[in-house]
Amino acid sequence: MKFALFLGCTIPARLTQYESSSRAVLGNLGVELVDIKEFNCCGYPLRNIDFKASILASARNLALAEKEDLPMLILCKCGFGMLKHADHILKEDPTLRNEINTTLKKEGIGYKEGIEIKHLLSVLYHDIGSDAIKEKITKPFKDLKIATHYGCHALRPSEIVQFDDPVNPTLFDNLVALTGAESIYWEKRLDCCGAPLTGVNDDLSMDLTEKKLANAKQSGADFLCDACSYCHIQFDTVQGMITHTTGKNNLLPSILYPQLLGLSMGIDGKTLGLAENKIDITSIEGFLLE
Amino acid sequence: MFYSISLYISLAIFIGGLIYKIATWLSRKIGVDSKDIPTSKRLSSALRGIILTIFSVKVLTLIKIFFLDIILQRKVLNEDAFRWLTHILIYGAFMLLLLMHALDKFITSAIFSNYSATLNPFLFLRDLFGALVIIGICMAIYRRFILRPPRLNTNPMDTYAIIILAIIMVSGIILEGTKIGSYSLYKNMVTDYAGLEEGEEEFKALTAFWVDKFGTISPTIKAPFENTLLEKGKELHEMSCSGCHSSPQWAFIGYPIARAFKGAALDLDKAGIHTLLFYIHFLACFIGLAYLPFSKFLHIITSPLSLLANSVMDKKESDPANIATRQTLELDACTHCGACTSRCSVGIITEEIENVNILPSEKIQSIKRVFYKKQTDESKLRLILDGIYLCTNCHRCTDVCPAGINLEDLWFSVREYMFQRDYPEFSLLSPLSFYRGLMRESIEQKDYQKPLDIAREAIAAECDLMRTPDKVVTLTPADKELQSSLLLSDQAGTFSACFGCQTCTNACPVVAAYENPKEVLGMLPHQIMYATGLGIRDLAFGSNMLWDCVTCYQCQEQCPQGVKVTEVLYELKNLAIKNVVKKGAQ
Repeated sequence: MKFALFLGCTIPARLTQYESSSRAVLGNLGVELVDIKEFNCCGYPLRNIDFKASILASARNLALAEKEDLPMLILCKCGFGMLKHADHILKEDPTLRNEINTTLKKEGIGYKEGIEIKHLLSVLYHDIGSDAIKEKITKPFKDLKIATHYGCHALRPSEIVQFDDPVNPTLFDNLVALTGAESIYWEKRLDCCGAPLTGVNDDLSMDLTEKKLANAKQSGADFLCDACSYCHIQFDTVQGMITHTTGKNNLLPSILYPQLLGLSMGIDGKTLGLAENKIDITSIEGFLLE
Repeated sequence: MFYSISLYISLAIFIGGLIYKIATWLSRKIGVDSKDIPTSKRLSSALRGIILTIFSVKVLTLIKIFFLDIILQRKVLNEDAFRWLTHILIYGAFMLLLLMHALDKFITSAIFSNYSATLNPFLFLRDLFGALVIIGICMAIYRRFILRPPRLNTNPMDTYAIIILAIIMVSGIILEGTKIGSYSLYKNMVTDYAGLEEGEEEFKALTAFWVDKFGTISPTIKAPFENTLLEKGKELHEMSCSGCHSSPQWAFIGYPIARAFKGAALDLDKAGIHTLLFYIHFLACFIGLAYLPFSKFLHIITSPLSLLANSVMDKKESDPANIATRQTLELDACTHCGACTSRCSVGIITEEIENVNILPSEKIQSIKRVFYKKQTDESKLRLILDGIYLCTNCHRCTDVCPAGINLEDLWFSVREYMFQRDYPEFSLLSPLSFYRGLMRESIEQKDYQKPLDIAREAIAAECDLMRTPDKVVTLTPADKELQSSLLLSDQAGTFSACFGCQTCTNACPVVAAYENPKEVLGMLPHQIMYATGLGIRDLAFGSNMLWDCVTCYQCQEQCPQGVKVTEVLYELKNLAIKNVVKKGAQ
């Protein structure tokens, strides 16, 4: 199994543990990852400003992966959503596709038929499968309650992203359950993390984050689990900022899914970059069955 | 005499220029934090910082960086082997030429007592180094003018650098070629070192030998020669000349040039061609030297300084005075090599958004003009701010910069500094602000919020209806253009199916976050869909709802009519920005 790994902008700059833990886990499962140095911005942050510029940025990535004839594996959900969206539009709109291809041709690339675009969680669940993952789990968690955060741009618009049932998704819960942890039900599990408004309307952004975290905690979660760079920074770094400004105690620490899975596979916390998280999550190792 | 005078003048300009540059590094202010730090404090902090670093363990880091990044150019190699080879050839071989050839009186003669420019190994090495520099220059020309990688810009300074180097090198090798063939030089040297004069029998023998073996072009003595004459000439040569002259064939570029011009050599020699070339050669060198502090060649000094400073400095721990100084120095450390731009995550969008300041290599040049007060045009300044903000803060430019410039910090400082001019920057109202949001604790609270408010207000100011809610609205579509312009994506035209059921508004987490959402957000999602259907531009553009949308797609997913609510909001945002930018430009 071979994928072009798409990291986007945020992960290498501000969330290196997501990359290192994903590489460790995927490596353990025998997935080969190819790095394409020329990948650029997924286009997501540009959508508010200029639609075509965002599609162009996205399309360049798709064309680069297509040139290597590789499916893309994306870690960030906003990036995943954007690339899926661009792929959809480029397939549907021949005029736009031609315009974009005229630009890309200057670099000797182009969007032709498109390639498969997959989020990390989909690859784990559909391509690798529960059985293969289970085989690698050597130290399952016990009595650990996890609130899974699906992430908006993976779920919706469902007809384009086709990640899971948008109303009652189960993919992430099943993946969490593989590690021995219990994925609890919580009311706000499909809601926005607040990240799109960080830096735009911080009060609102933090309010959404705080409400979500409080709801997860109330529902009995020990940790929140996510698989998106924006969501994770929101639940980790921004949660830290909320604590700092409001003086409230840590609401709920969050862990990236590959960190959770990695621990249950017996991969050490250093490789998984546990210490890189802004809010201490090392206590989660106490839930591992010895 | 002329040589010495021009040398001293150029040296004086060079030193004066350097002092001026150092003064600017200590006095110019980049960013908000540096505004209240006087030059005296900057100077004392710089000296203190340098001394403290040298006498600490950090000196090991400096040594490592010096060898890996300054001498061996590791960062260039990691990015692009071709560019590395080009640069190593130019800078490495030029440095060797400088030390061995240009400064031979001070260095080479001091080390080697038998040194002579025309004696091996120096004769051969001079041509070898020259050839390497010329190969490097050709590679640079190939990259900048023939290969032309996407988004690599070549500015007049880049062209100047290549031209001045090419003049120095080409004049040098042709000078060598004409000197090899020159009869007048030969004659003078024979008089000086062998004591022979034209017409003497021994002179004829020696000349025959030199014409035969050393490429000298004589007006009277021409091949073929008798062996006995050559034998005699060789004897004389070994007596008087061989101590300083190796066979000129070792000058593997100069010698072929001498042979190629042999037909015209005598006339050229009479016209004093080598004197002319000598003037061109040393004057080009002196002009290069004098202009160095004002050209991109200053990077010979500034790039290493930037690499060293950045290896031991940290935004959080270092003295703000030193960060201010480092950032002004960094503006001069940029070589405009384009490594940052080739790796820029949003570089591709310049194909769509016409603003060269998006590209880091051009951005830093523009910023330099801003801080040297050479750019005062308001619309250009706004474009610079736009360019700086259209950045995902992915840190790649900083990671690859071979001069070690902390570009991301530079963008951050300049961004905040330029916000103080109160230009509305609309990209603030997008996820590009994520990084600024994360950095908010390092920005003063009042400075943090103000540009956000200015951007929103600038858009709302174009929307009369939002400010005068009592105004009567006609029910005939007010703006058909608005509806027809919502065609960017394949989906935004769906707004017309809205029948106002409010499902979108009920599903919206932003609406739900407020007790009285209408007061805060203006129009709610269903109202915006409806206003769009009616073509009421002001209502569609003027709501805070547009900018507070989290793009979670709950509205769109749940719409019973298949209205792509989030897509419509996205496109309205695009149009609102375009609208206000267009009006601002008028």
